[in-house]
Amino acid sequence: MLTITDLHKSFETADAPMPVLRGVDMEIATGECVALTGESGSGKSTLLHLVAALDTFDRGSITLDGQEFSGMGDTARANLRRTRIGVIFQQFNLIPSLSVGDNLSFHARLSDRYDAAWQAELTERLGLSELVHRWPEQLSGGQQQRVAVGRAIAARPALVLADEPTGNLDEATGSAVMDLLLDLVAETQATLLMVTHSGALAARLNRRIHLRHGRVAEVAAA
Amino acid sequence: MTGLILRTLLSHWRSRPFQIVTLLLGLIVATALWSGVQAINAEARASYAQAAATLGTDRFDSLRPRGAQRFDQRAYVALRRAGWLVSPIVEGDLRLDGARFRVLGIDPVTAPADLPARPDLQGDALTGFLGQAGLILTGAQTAGRLPADADLPPVRVMDGIAPRTLVMDIGTAQRLLGMSGQLSRLIVLPEAQDGIPPLAVAGIEWNRIAPRGADGGIAALTDSFHLNLTAFGFLAFAVGLFIVYSSIGLAFEQRKPMLRTLRALGVPLRLLMLVMVVELTALALLAGIAGVALGYLIAASLLPDVAATLQGLYGAQVSGTLSLRPAWWLTGLAIAMGGAGLAAADTLWRTARMPLLSAALPEAWHGAQRRAQRVQGIAALGCFALAAVLSQTASSLTAGFVLMGALLIGAALSLPVMLSVILGLGARRARGPLAQWGWADARQQMSRLSLALMALLLALSANIGVGTMVMSFRDTFTGWLDQRLVAEVYVTASDAAQGQEIQRWAQGRVDAVLPIWSTETRLGDMPASIYGVAQHATYSDHWPLIEELPDAWQSLASGQAAMINEQMAGRRDLSPGDRITVPLPDGGEWPMIVAAIYSDYGNPTDQVMVDVDLLSERFPDIERLRFALRTDQTAEIIAEARDRFALPSDQITDQAAIKALSLAIFERTFTVTGALNVLTLAVAALALLTAMLTLQLMRLPWLAPLWAMGLTRAALARAELLKVMALALLTAILAIPVGLGVAWVLTNVINVTAFGWRLPMNVYPADWLRLIGLSLLTAAIAAGLPVLRLARTAPRTLLGVFASER
Amino acid sequence: MRFLWILMLLPGLAFAQGFAGLGNAPQDGFATPERGVSLSFPADHGSHPDYRIEWWYLTANMTGPDGTQYGAQWTLFRSALDVGERPDWDSPQIWMAHAALTSADQHFVAEKFARGGIGQAGVVAQPFEAWIDDWQMSGPTLNNVTVQASGQGFSYALDLRADAPFTLQGDAGYSVKSAAGQASYYYSQPFYDLSGVIEVEGVQVPVTGQAWLDREWSSQPLAETQTGWDWFSLQLDGGERVMAFRLRDEAGQPFHSGTWIAADGTVQPLANDALLLTPLAIGQSVGPELPVEWRVQVPSRGLDVTTTALNVDSWMGTLFPYWEGPIRIEGSHSGVGYLEMTGYD
Repeated sequence: MLTITDLHKSFETADAPMPVLRGVDMEIATGECVALTGESGSGKSTLLHLVAALDTFDRGSITLDGQEFSGMGDTARANLRRTRIGVIFQQFNLIPSLSVGDNLSFHARLSDRYDAAWQAELTERLGLSELVHRWPEQLSGGQQQRVAVGRAIAARPALVLADEPTGNLDEATGSAVMDLLLDLVAETQATLLMVTHSGALAARLNRRIHLRHGRVAEVAAA
Repeated sequence: MTGLILRTLLSHWRSRPFQIVTLLLGLIVATALWSGVQAINAEARASYAQAAATLGTDRFDSLRPRGAQRFDQRAYVALRRAGWLVSPIVEGDLRLDGARFRVLGIDPVTAPADLPARPDLQGDALTGFLGQAGLILTGAQTAGRLPADADLPPVRVMDGIAPRTLVMDIGTAQRLLGMSGQLSRLIVLPEAQDGIPPLAVAGIEWNRIAPRGADGGIAALTDSFHLNLTAFGFLAFAVGLFIVYSSIGLAFEQRKPMLRTLRALGVPLRLLMLVMVVELTALALLAGIAGVALGYLIAASLLPDVAATLQGLYGAQVSGTLSLRPAWWLTGLAIAMGGAGLAAADTLWRTARMPLLSAALPEAWHGAQRRAQRVQGIAALGCFALAAVLSQTASSLTAGFVLMGALLIGAALSLPVMLSVILGLGARRARGPLAQWGWADARQQMSRLSLALMALLLALSANIGVGTMVMSFRDTFTGWLDQRLVAEVYVTASDAAQGQEIQRWAQGRVDAVLPIWSTETRLGDMPASIYGVAQHATYSDHWPLIEELPDAWQSLASGQAAMINEQMAGRRDLSPGDRITVPLPDGGEWPMIVAAIYSDYGNPTDQVMVDVDLLSERFPDIERLRFALRTDQTAEIIAEARDRFALPSDQITDQAAIKALSLAIFERTFTVTGALNVLTLAVAALALLTAMLTLQLMRLPWLAPLWAMGLTRAALARAELLKVMALALLTAILAIPVGLGVAWVLTNVINVTAFGWRLPMNVYPADWLRLIGLSLLTAAIAAGLPVLRLARTAPRTLLGVFASER
Repeated sequence: MRFLWILMLLPGLAFAQGFAGLGNAPQDGFATPERGVSLSFPADHGSHPDYRIEWWYLTANMTGPDGTQYGAQWTLFRSALDVGERPDWDSPQIWMAHAALTSADQHFVAEKFARGGIGQAGVVAQPFEAWIDDWQMSGPTLNNVTVQASGQGFSYALDLRADAPFTLQGDAGYSVKSAAGQASYYYSQPFYDLSGVIEVEGVQVPVTGQAWLDREWSSQPLAETQTGWDWFSLQLDGGERVMAFRLRDEAGQPFHSGTWIAADGTVQPLANDALLLTPLAIGQSVGPELPVEWRVQVPSRGLDVTTTALNVDSWMGTLFPYWEGPIRIEGSHSGVGYLEMTGYD
């Protein structure tokens, strides 16, 4: 489903380009849930951003269901993000000017995949029915992250990307959010790639890919 | 440690030169407009004071004969010999090549020692001053204006003499003015006794006129004009501070991580604050110096127009060049500092309360906005209530300006509430997620932009208000000129003999010869002119009367009635049917009934209109020089009169020329207002720009998720531009009623108290469209740069939002 | 020969150039005094507009009913910017007047200025009238006049009578002022008997006493090195009168001159070496430091007296300041007199 081949990415610094990814190869099958681990600076977040089509890479290739990322323009990448990918950030990144309900349905409506029944069910399952008229600022961290999960899943994306989704939450809340996320991913038959540094979290997924110095160092079944 | 912290803080500006440019620019512009206006006011006031000091009317009482403009100098000697300590003055106007100069003849031997132009009795100036050739003392500027070929005594340039004033010995002045043996008034020396010399001493009934204070009384007339300028200066200053506020806010946002790091590294908060204050002070000082310098340039370029305005409106002589005053520099710097402090207070407050670790929760904008709007709404209602009360009761200039202030502040405060309601409605009716987000986001953004939008609202409503007033005034004025200038030709004889000749000649040549003779006198303690007009249909059919008794025109001929101008009626609270008494030169009195009140725009002084025959009978010395001629052969009559009497072109003019001249003076009067209007709007645009730049940075976390969800940067930029334009459009539309309110206050309250005339207010919708266009343009320009920068934001910058710490 | 000379003493003083018009002294056309011209009265009591400066200078020593001593001064100066008189404001004549009233602890001063030509000030010889504003000295003849003046806190009206002829100073009225020969026309009336009323801060006091009038006119500036002037008029109890002055000279010895006037009016000029004026004590008046006590000696007449000021603060704080006040005389003779000192500031 997702194929990454010899992926290189470096960032411009004052002196010289600083390589972050130095030839990453991986393959993820449809419906698979993969944990991306590694130390700080190993390139795991950068890799996630590249897979989310948020940034361009220097060399190599990423294909999602056969669609090659390299050579895509701004608009094409935006289309891809809108229609195929759902992203969940550590900081939730809800839209503060919109109500919880509008936040939940925002991505789906943006990609024209809004389905009222599914939206209602999703809201119910996330336990947010009482909160749809509230503003994000009035929610707790766990509630906000559940909104972010709902927003990502509502459009039924093929690929869900999560960057430390529970990093800002306490263990119990994080675990509950994680349960919901895994359930919904499984139910929508989406593929999940999740950056985490928590071994326990990684253990709940199908597979774990460990990055070191911008390369895949270890692939292990959970 | 302090130095290290300061260097660290300052390093921020090195990487963001544009930001420090906006910060400094805002402060410079605010200081410049404020201090420029102050410089103009100071210069004008100094000119008044100088004029009053030169004429000795600032500190000394004067004696004038009742009802006469001049008197025999033997009366002066009689008073001196009776022990009255008075000093003689000869005053008059001298026309040279069409320019008017004020001649002041003094007797240096008896003049008060501190009369500025008096030559020192111990100085060698005295010999030349009293010599047979005479000597003219005048300022450098005035000396330059004197025609080179005029037959005048030698000129010596001297500091401290009022503009356009020529000071000379009393004998020289009598010669130049053709007033041999005559005096205009007497200065009462400080050590002289109180009271009025009895009639027996010199055979003259005297009026003793109290000193008019340092500004020579002209301030009472010009106050309104200066208050206007000050109001504009303050508006511009306030708008400029919005820029500073935005820039400082921007810098704070960007330096937040740096500040956190410094705090985390153990820098005490107090020291950090201190260093920030030091940094701010240094920047304010820098900007203050530049601002005052720029203000000087602005003032210098506006001053000639201001001088022309004051001359045209009030006859006040103001120097056309600016002198540098240390006090003005210092206040300019103080204003810059104070402004910077005011604008930075919020940032310093936020720095002081900044948590060491960044908050994970999104900013609680909804609650904050609602709370702020509640407070603003209540304050706005208070302002509007005050304005409503004042609109019914305001009768002084100060009350008028308070009313204006209440209206403008109320409007500014209610702007966020109004916009919020409109945007909320828009969001509810929006279809599609993007549109919905746009409305909602505009509403949120509005909180941050509200200061800049308020600035825009103020600039726009001032623009509409002043524009409406000026255009209403122009329409009224041209209509009034048509009524007032009915005769086809106006002629002024060079002397009384020629006046008689002209009258004789014209009687056979034209349909009617209408003398227009006038004299200056004092009614009560205020000066007034008395005009004589003939009984003719020219007046009774056209003259613009506001209120009248029946048969007003006929009653003039009886000598029992007079007409007065609107200014006089307003100032002295007179209505038709009331009585006035004109003192006569022979010591008698002329009691009359006010038969009518007429409008008299552009005239600062009170005016009484009586029958010309009766006037010349009762004032035998009146100058019989001016005539209005009715004819249908305008060109021929002018050509013939010019040939026959060798009249220069300024002594014989047709109606059209006078109208053109009047309108030209009118236009000049409002040049300054127009210039300040444009400057204020420009500053508002700058405020919007800096606010947008600040906002853009703070809004990145709100935009990045949208981008992550699949909106291109270009689409986001377009949405941003649309939002700002929509806000500007809404603000402009809301500015229209506010501007009309301002115009109403100007025409119905401020004009009445300041000038003494009421104006009908017209509306000019075409002008509103122009302003709406202008504000959209303003917004487009202000938003252009930030939006362009958004469209070009590197993905990595956007991705930075998602990193764990921002 | 009095106060206004000081203006001519100091060529650097702006007044000398401006007020008296000395900037173009040599070719200015003013008349100059000449030896041997006899003065003619009453015509010479009037003004001489062809001469640059002129004055009518009266000083009086008076006593109140309780024996309190007073001094009075009434002076009218004329200064010409140009030769001759012209009508109206064209007149080049400027008039200045000083009036003073002095007691042991008070000294009142007033001054006035006026332009010539318009009638505000002037002098007519017969019947005599000299006036400026509301101050005047007038009467049928100069030997029978009433003098009036008033100022802040004081006024006086004094009747003056003299039977003696006018005293011609110097050589029959030609008075030399320096070794270089500068001179003026100078005559006096030192024998006035006085009675009148003075008013001090609202209180009227009848007075009697003696008065001395100086008349002088000239056009010639003094020598540049002459820096100041001490002038005495002494009215001795025996009826004699003495006029004595010295002109201080920074370049050398002071120039002395004087006149001994016997009680019958007989005049004997005192030459430079016949007269000795010595400052005894320097006092601090409200003005600058100056000698308030003098020794006056005329050896040929056996005169050796000390003079003390009635009021040390007799400072004339006028536009051109100087010291002028009544003095008491003790020693070989006793009496009263007036002292004028200039050029000490």
